[in-house]
Amino acid sequence: MTKIPNKQAESLGGTIVHNLPFPLETSPEALAWLKHMAPIQIEYPYNVVYLHSYAQDSPWFAGLTNKKILANRDPKTGYTYATPRAHDMYTGDETDWIDITDRKATVHAFTVCHFGSEAFLDETPYVLALIKFEGVNTLLLSRVMGIDPDQASLEWIGMTLKPQFLRNSKLKPTDVYFVPA
Amino acid sequence: MRPVYAISGGVSKFAKARPDKTYQAVVKEAYDYAINDLGISFPTFTENVDGSVASYFSDHFTRQLMAAIMAQDYLGLCPKPSHRVEGGGATGGLCFQEAWKSIASGHMDLVVAYGFETMSHVETWKGNEFIALASDVSFDYPVGGFYSGYYAMMVTRHMKEFGTTVEQMAAVSVKNHLNAYHNPYAQKRNRYTIQDVRNAPMVAWPLTRLDICVMSDGAAAAILASEEGIIQLEKAGAKIPRPLVKVTGIGRGTDAMRMADRPHVDYDYFVKHYATQQEKDSKETLKYYQELWEHGTRYPGVHSFRAGRTAGNMAYKHAAIHDPLTELDFIELHDAYTSSEIQTYEDLGLCRYGEGGPFAISGKAFLPHIDYGLDLADKPVCPVNPSGGLIACGHPVGATGLMQTVFAIWQLQGSIHKHFEDKTLQVKDAQKGAIHSHAGTGTYVTVSVLEKE
Repeated sequence: MTKIPNKQAESLGGTIVHNLPFPLETSPEALAWLKHMAPIQIEYPYNVVYLHSYAQDSPWFAGLTNKKILANRDPKTGYTYATPRAHDMYTGDETDWIDITDRKATVHAFTVCHFGSEAFLDETPYVLALIKFEGVNTLLLSRVMGIDPDQASLEWIGMTLKPQFLRNSKLKPTDVYFVPA
Repeated sequence: MRPVYAISGGVSKFAKARPDKTYQAVVKEAYDYAINDLGISFPTFTENVDGSVASYFSDHFTRQLMAAIMAQDYLGLCPKPSHRVEGGGATGGLCFQEAWKSIASGHMDLVVAYGFETMSHVETWKGNEFIALASDVSFDYPVGGFYSGYYAMMVTRHMKEFGTTVEQMAAVSVKNHLNAYHNPYAQKRNRYTIQDVRNAPMVAWPLTRLDICVMSDGAAAAILASEEGIIQLEKAGAKIPRPLVKVTGIGRGTDAMRMADRPHVDYDYFVKHYATQQEKDSKETLKYYQELWEHGTRYPGVHSFRAGRTAGNMAYKHAAIHDPLTELDFIELHDAYTSSEIQTYEDLGLCRYGEGGPFAISGKAFLPHIDYGLDLADKPVCPVNPSGGLIACGHPVGATGLMQTVFAIWQLQGSIHKHFEDKTLQVKDAQKGAIHSHAGTGTYVTVSVLEKE
C-alpha cells in the first residue's frame, strides 16, 4: 500500500522581504527587547566551476572513453591497483599501465543507495559496488545496473559482472559501469 | 613527557539547527560552562590559560575560511597562541591530542581545546554532498558519493565475511538511543525497538535512518593542564576535583582515503603488525584467526579499520592496557553508524575480528540499570557510548571528539549526576575510560585513554 505523506516537504526559496519589524523608537526598553527576537536568516547562493585536472591519472579516463579499463602495476612486485595510482604504496616506484578490461570481475561489497548526496538524489535508488578483478590487488568503486534494487541480497557478493561503457563518455569514472555477466 | 590532566569541560546543547547564535557564541556556551565548573571567572581563566587548539571539519559548511580565529577572538583569547586542526570526523579527537602534546611537551601548562560545527546552513542532502567531498573527488565522489553508501558497502562485506546481522546492528541503535534518553545534551532522546530500527526508511541497504547519526550544530570545550598549571589555577581560586583525571594513553592511525585501495594482508602479516598483544598471547585466538584466514578472510579489506586497530594498539601500549574489555570501564566510541560501532568493537580488541555482531547483542557493552527491552545474555562489562554516542547525541563534526572527552571527564570525576541532572548514565566507580574519534571511511582514527589518578 502506498504510504500517504503526512508532512509537507521543506525547501528554500520564498518571499522577497524588503523591510523587517523594528522598534519605531530606540528607547532602552525597545533595545532590551531586541535580545528576545528571532534571528534573521538569509539565503546565500554559492556556485563555483573548478578546472579539475586528472593529471597523471588522465590515461585511465581516456581508456574508458575508448572502452578499456586500465590499471596500474608495480613493475617489480606486480602489485596491481584497480583504481589508478602512479606510484606504488610499498616500493615507492612509478607504476606502469596495464589493460584489465577482459579480466573476470566480481562484486566484493555493495549497497543500494535509496538516498544520496544532492547531486545524485535524482538517480536513487542506485547500486554502488566495490569491484574485484582477477589478479588485481585493489578494488574499483563503480555502479551496477541490471539488478533489482528492491531485491538487495548478500548473494550479490561474488556475482560475476561484465563492464559496459557509455557511448557518449562524460570523462567521469561512471563512464564504465557493470552488469551481471 | 610530562603528565597531562583533563580538568574540566563543557558541551553546548546539540541541535539540528542553532539559528539563534553564531558558531562563536555556541562555542562560548561550552567554553563558559567549562570555566564555571572550575569555579573561576572568565577574566581569571583568560589570564591563566596559555593557548588553545580549535577544531572544525568543513569550510564548506561554515562558508567562512579561518572560522577558528573568529571563535578565538570571540572567546577573548587573542593574542594567545592557537591553531586549527582538521581531520574529518576525527577532528575533535585530533584536537584533544594536540592540546595534550602542547602540555606533555612542556610547551604550555594550561590549554583549552574547543571544537564546533555548523551543519544546518545547508539542506540535508547538500550537507551529505559536502561530507562526500571527503572522498576522492576523481574516483569516489562522482560515482555516487554518499558516506552512508560507503559504510553500507563496508558492512555488507562484514556481514558476508562474518555473518553479522542487521538485528545486531539495530541493537546498537536501541542501546545508544536509550542511553541518550538520560542525557540532556543529546539531540535524539528516544526509545526504539529493533523493529523500529529496521522499519525506519532505508537509506543505504542495509542501513536505515536509525542506523545512522544525524547532522547537528554544536560545540564542546575541554581544558587540559600540567601539574604546574593545576597549581597555578588553584592559586587563582579554581576548584579542581580530586582524584584528578589523567591522560594516560594516546594513539593514532591512518588509512588510504579510497577504501578500494586498502590491502588484504595474509595471516602472518596480520599477526605481526596488527594483532593486539592479548591476541598474540592467546594460542586459542591465533588458531581462531588461522581458521578465518583459511576460509578466505584477509585484513583489513573494507570490513575492518586498521587505522582504528593501530590507534588502539598504540594507546593501549602507552596506557599499559592488556585486556581493554575488562580494564576499561567505558568507551565513548565514534558510532557514526551502528555498523561502524560493531566494526570498532573488533578494532579496539573488545572482541576478536568477526565477533563484533554477537558482541553487540551480548550485553557487555550496555549499561546496568537500564531496561533496553532486549534479551541480553551477559552482564555489562565495558559500557560503550554510555552518553548515547553520535547516533543519539548528534555529530557536529568538529565538536564530536571533544564532546566525548567532556563526557569521559565527567564519568571519571563521578559528576554525571551534576551535569546531566540524572545519575542513570554514571558508570559506577569508573577508573579508566577511552575515547575513540574516527574520520572518513577509517582514514584518521584517534584513541585516547583517560583515568582517575
